[in-house]
Amino acid sequence: MDKRKDVLLEIKDLRIEAYSEEQWFEIVHGVNLTLHRGEVLGLIGESGAGKSTIGLAAMGFARDGCRISGGSIEFDGMELTTTSQADRRALRGSRIAYVAQSAAASFNPSHRIIDQHTEAPVHYRMKKRLEAQEDAMELYERLRLPNPTEIGFRYPHQVSGGQLQRAMTAMAMACRPDLIIFDEPTTALDVTTQIEVLAAIRDIVDQFNTAAIYITHDLAVVAQMADRIKVLLKGDEVEEAETDKMLEDPQEDYTKSLWAVRSFRRDQKSRPGDNKPLISVQNVEASYGPVKVLEDVSFDIYPGMTVAVVGESGSGKSTAARCITGLLPPTKGQILFEGEALPPSYKSRSKEQLRQIQMIYQMADTALNPKVQIGEIIGRPAKFYSGLSGSALKSRVDELLDLIELEPSQYYNRYPPELSGGQKQRIGIARALSADPKFIICDEVTSALDQLVAEGILRLLDRLQKEFNLAYMFITHDLATVRSIADEVVVMQRGRVVEQGPKDEMFKPPHHAYTDLLLSSVPEMDPNWLTTLLEERGVDNVGDAASLSLDKAAEQSKEGKPASG
Amino acid sequence: MSQFVVGYYALLIGASCVAAYYHKRQAFLLIFSLTLISFIVGIVGGVAPLRFITTAAGALALAAGTSYAFREFLIIISPPNIARELRTAPLTASFGMFVILTYAIAGIFAPIMAPHGEAEVIASAFAPADANMLLGADQLGRDVFSRLVYGARNTVGLALTATLLAFLMGAIGGLLAATKGGFLDQLLGRTADVIMSVPSLIFALLMLSIFGTELWVIVIVVAVIYAPRVFRLTRAVAGNVVVMDYIEAAKLRGEGTGYLIRKEILPNSTAPLIAEFGLEFCFVFLLIAGLSFLGLGIQPPTADWGSMVRENATLISFGDITPLIPAAAIALLTVAVNFVVDWMLYRSSGLKD
Repeated sequence: MDKRKDVLLEIKDLRIEAYSEEQWFEIVHGVNLTLHRGEVLGLIGESGAGKSTIGLAAMGFARDGCRISGGSIEFDGMELTTTSQADRRALRGSRIAYVAQSAAASFNPSHRIIDQHTEAPVHYRMKKRLEAQEDAMELYERLRLPNPTEIGFRYPHQVSGGQLQRAMTAMAMACRPDLIIFDEPTTALDVTTQIEVLAAIRDIVDQFNTAAIYITHDLAVVAQMADRIKVLLKGDEVEEAETDKMLEDPQEDYTKSLWAVRSFRRDQKSRPGDNKPLISVQNVEASYGPVKVLEDVSFDIYPGMTVAVVGESGSGKSTAARCITGLLPPTKGQILFEGEALPPSYKSRSKEQLRQIQMIYQMADTALNPKVQIGEIIGRPAKFYSGLSGSALKSRVDELLDLIELEPSQYYNRYPPELSGGQKQRIGIARALSADPKFIICDEVTSALDQLVAEGILRLLDRLQKEFNLAYMFITHDLATVRSIADEVVVMQRGRVVEQGPKDEMFKPPHHAYTDLLLSSVPEMDPNWLTTLLEERGVDNVGDAASLSLDKAAEQSKEGKPASG
Repeated sequence: MSQFVVGYYALLIGASCVAAYYHKRQAFLLIFSLTLISFIVGIVGGVAPLRFITTAAGALALAAGTSYAFREFLIIISPPNIARELRTAPLTASFGMFVILTYAIAGIFAPIMAPHGEAEVIASAFAPADANMLLGADQLGRDVFSRLVYGARNTVGLALTATLLAFLMGAIGGLLAATKGGFLDQLLGRTADVIMSVPSLIFALLMLSIFGTELWVIVIVVAVIYAPRVFRLTRAVAGNVVVMDYIEAAKLRGEGTGYLIRKEILPNSTAPLIAEFGLEFCFVFLLIAGLSFLGLGIQPPTADWGSMVRENATLISFGDITPLIPAAAIALLTVAVNFVVDWMLYRSSGLKD
C-alpha cells in the first residue's frame, strides 16, 4: 500500500524560545518537517534535543515558559501559529492527539478509564456517550487488551502499565484523529511489555491510516515504528531519511556515533582461583509487611567482578540490593562478606562494614543533596570513615574529581542542580569511591541517561574497576548494558533467581524459558525485527500474555510431572 | 471653582491623555475611571472629598516611591546572589521590609528616640498634641509618642522571643518525629493534637491565671500554644525530604541523627519554615496584644500597644483618634510582615514562571 498521499503537516523554519535567567533564548533553531497522511515519522535525539518541544509545537502548543518565536506550522491547510486559541483547542483531541510517556501520570486516578476515553468525543459532539463507549470497546479489542468489554470500567490503578499505555493509545484514537504524537510511549515500560505496546500502536496506526510523530531516544524502537527518521541535536536537524536508508547508511558523524553507542564491549573475566566470594547471598527471603518479595535468593559475587542482576520491574532486583545494604533485613537466610556474616540491619553494622559496601543510585537528582556543595558531598565519606580533614581532605576530593574526569577547581564549590545528568551521576560514583569500598551496588545507574552519556559512565565504571579491583552488583533491565559490562548474570523473576551463570553462557541457548523471553524482547536495529518476532511468537503471545503462558507452562509441568511419573 | 479643583481635573485628564498616547492600557483605564468618578464625587460632595482623594493618592504614591527606592537601595548594598533574589521582590514586599526595618530601629533605639520616659507623667490627662508632645498625652498624662516607641520594643520583642521559642520547640520536635518515626512520632504528634484541641486564647488565659503574669510565663505559654503548628509543618516538610535517596545514602554511611537533621534535612526545608515563621509571628503578636488588652499580658506601667488601646478606649466616644494609633501600629506591622511572607511563600512554592 502506498502511504504517501497529500501533505498533512508542514513545519517550516520553526523557532522556539525558552525563558530562563530573565531572558529568552532559542532552543529550537529553525527545524523543517513534512508529514504526509498515514505516515509515521520518528524523531530521535538525546534529551535536550528539542524532540518533545517540536512534538508539542505540531499541535500549536508551547510549554509554560516557552514560546513559538518564528516559522510556520501548517496543519491540513490551517496555519497554527496565527489561529486563535479557541480554534487550536478545537483541533486538539479531535484531529490531533497526544500520547504521553507515562500513562500512569496522565490518567486521572479517580475516574474510570472509559469515562476519560469518551470525554473527548462527547465534548466535541461527535458521538453519543453510549456510542462512544461501544467504540472504545472496539478499540480496546483492536489493541488486544484483555476483556475489552470490561477493562474500560476499571480505574487506572487496576490495570498494568502496558495495558494502561495501550488504553491511552485507544483514547488518542477516540476521535479518529489525523495525527497522533507519541512522546516516548514505551520508555517507562519493561522490555517484555514494550513489545505488546509497540505492536498495538503499529497496527492501529496502520489500520486507520493515521499519521504519527514518534518521539523516542531508542533507535531500535524507532526502527520498528517509523517510515522516516529525523535526527535532532540541540534544537537543530542533523539529517532525515527513510528508515532503511538511515540505518544502513547514516551520513553525518553524529548519527554514526548514535548508531555506534552499543559497541562498547570489554573482555569477560572469570572467577579468581582461590574461590572465596566477596559477597555471598545465601537463601535470602524478604518481605514488605505480609507481601513476600524475595524467595530463596542465593548468588555469589567475587572480588573485581561485575555481576549483573536482570529482570522486569517487580522482580526483586532492587530488594535484593536493599537486603545486602541492610536497609531491609531479610526474614530468612544470611549475607556473608568475605566469609563473615553481616548483621541483617545496617544499624547494627560496624563503620568498617558499612564502608565496604557503597551504592550508586538510579536517579542522581534525588541521590545528591541539592543544598550541599560538590566538595562536601564527595568529601564527607572520606572525612567520616578515614577522619581526613583540612588540606588532606581537599586533596582527596581533588583526586576523586580527577578520577571521574571532572576539573576539580571548577566543580568543588558548585551545587548539584547546576550540573547535567551525566555529571551528577559521576558525582554519585565519586561519593561511593570516596569511602574506598570493595563492593559497589549500581542500581540502574544508566537508565535515566542518554545513550552517549550512559556509555561514558559505563567506561568510567570499567576503568575504576580495573584500578581499584572493585566488585559491582549491576542492577539493570537493559540487556544491552549487561552485554557490554557484565561478567556474570543473575536473572530474576517474581522474587526468585531463575537462572545464573557466566555472561557468555547466558547469552547462548539453551536458556530458561523466562531468560529466553527477556532476550528475545530486546528490540534490535533491524526494521523487520518486530514483524519477524510477532510471526514467530504469534500476535497474542507477547508481553503480559507471554509471561502468563510461561507461568501456566511451569505450573503444568509441575502438576504434570507427578502424573506422568 | 477654586484653583485646586481646576488643577485637580487638569492633572487627571492630562495624565490619562499621556497614558493613552503611550498605550499604557491599564494606567489609562485607572486614571480615566478615576476622572469620571471624581466628576460625580465633586458634584455631590464638593471640594472636601476631592482633597481626600488627592491625599490618599499622594500617600499611596509616597509609599510606592519609598518602597521602590528602598528596594533599589537593598539591591545595591547586598551581595550579588541576594541582590538577584531581591530584584524579583514586588513593591509590597519591599514596603513590608521597610516598615519592619522602621519598627526594628524604633525598638532598638527607643531610649534615644523617645523624648520622654515610658512611665513619665509630663502633662495633664488627655492633654492635646503640642510642640512638646507629638501625639498628645494619655489618661495619666504620659506622652503617647514615647510610649508608642517603647511599645515597639516591649511588644515586638516579646512576640519575637515567643515565636523563636515556639519555632525551636516545634521544629526540633518535627524533625525528630520525621527522622525517627515510630513511637516518638506518635507521642509528639498526639501531644500536639491535645494542645491544638484547646482554643488558644482560653488556654492562655487559663495558664496565665494559674502561673501569674511574669514575662517569662507569657513567653513560655505563648510558645507552647504555637509550637504544635510549627511541629506539624516541619514534620510534613521533613517527611518529604526523609524519603530521598541522599538521606538513604547518609543513613547507610552510618551518620547519626544530628548530622542527618543539620546537614541533610534542614537545608532542604528552610524556605517553607521561614515563611511559616513570618505568619506565626503575626499570630503570636496579635495574641499578646489581645492578652494585654484583657489585662493579662504585659503589666503597667510598661508601655505596650495592646494595653494602650484599652487604657485610652474611652476617648473613642469623644471622636479622638489617640487609642487608634497603637492599634494602627499593630495593624501596619501585621500587614508588613504578611507582605514579606507572601513574597517568600511565592518563591518557596516554586511558582516562578
